[in-house]
Amino acid sequence: MADVKQTLDTSGLLCPMPIVKTAKTIKGMEVGDLLEMISTDAGSMPDMKAWANQTKHELVEAQDEGGKFRFVIKKTH
Amino acid sequence: MPKLAMIATQGTLDWAYPPFILATAAAAMGWDVGIFFTFYGLPLLKKDLKLPVTPVGNPAMPMKMPFGSEGFQNINWPIPNAITSNIPGFENFAGSMMKKGFKNKGVASVEELRDMAVEMDVKLIACQMTMDVFGFKREEFIEGTEYAGAAAYLEFAVDSDVNLFI
Repeated sequence: MADVKQTLDTSGLLCPMPIVKTAKTIKGMEVGDLLEMISTDAGSMPDMKAWANQTKHELVEAQDEGGKFRFVIKKTH
Repeated sequence: MPKLAMIATQGTLDWAYPPFILATAAAAMGWDVGIFFTFYGLPLLKKDLKLPVTPVGNPAMPMKMPFGSEGFQNINWPIPNAITSNIPGFENFAGSMMKKGFKNKGVASVEELRDMAVEMDVKLIACQMTMDVFGFKREEFIEGTEYAGAAAYLEFAVDSDVNLFI
């Protein structure tokens, strides 16, 4: 995606690190920015959905690329 | 914002993980989090963590080696309690093996999770009564620890959304 502002690669890390690092990274971004997050944690699909629901940031994309997950999150506040 | 209140009562490596994983995950979701450390959970607040683990009383614990070939690592060693409970220091050995295994798989250490919890403003409350009973000194504990009793925990927990005893 062309307008992704930052990419966070959490490959190799397990729960809860992908969401903890996502939260930390998004904190330092501007409202409206898109964050791309890569994860290999097999539990990250439901976890990222829950994280986005709870934090009210927008999960723009959530793809399972076979053992590798790719998310795009829009910072909303 | 939602609030998570936990009581951590166990100080072995396996039981150290749940409160810190849940605390950091909840804090990452913007929740307000507090953990009350009491009895054997209290050493989790010590600056220097040396967390043992024991298969005695945990018959479902997989006994696996964190090194060697994949086939070797997948072997679940049938070590009887009669042996694990009689070798001096076995629980420290098992603790270091489990720590290594977790690290190999990409799990953050308890120290790292605890540091993140502190960074994310998780409230860490040490049970003052247990401090006195076990003879722990405040100097042995990490910065930012609060010291209080049952009433203080209950006041924190009364309006929590999730309340766990671990």
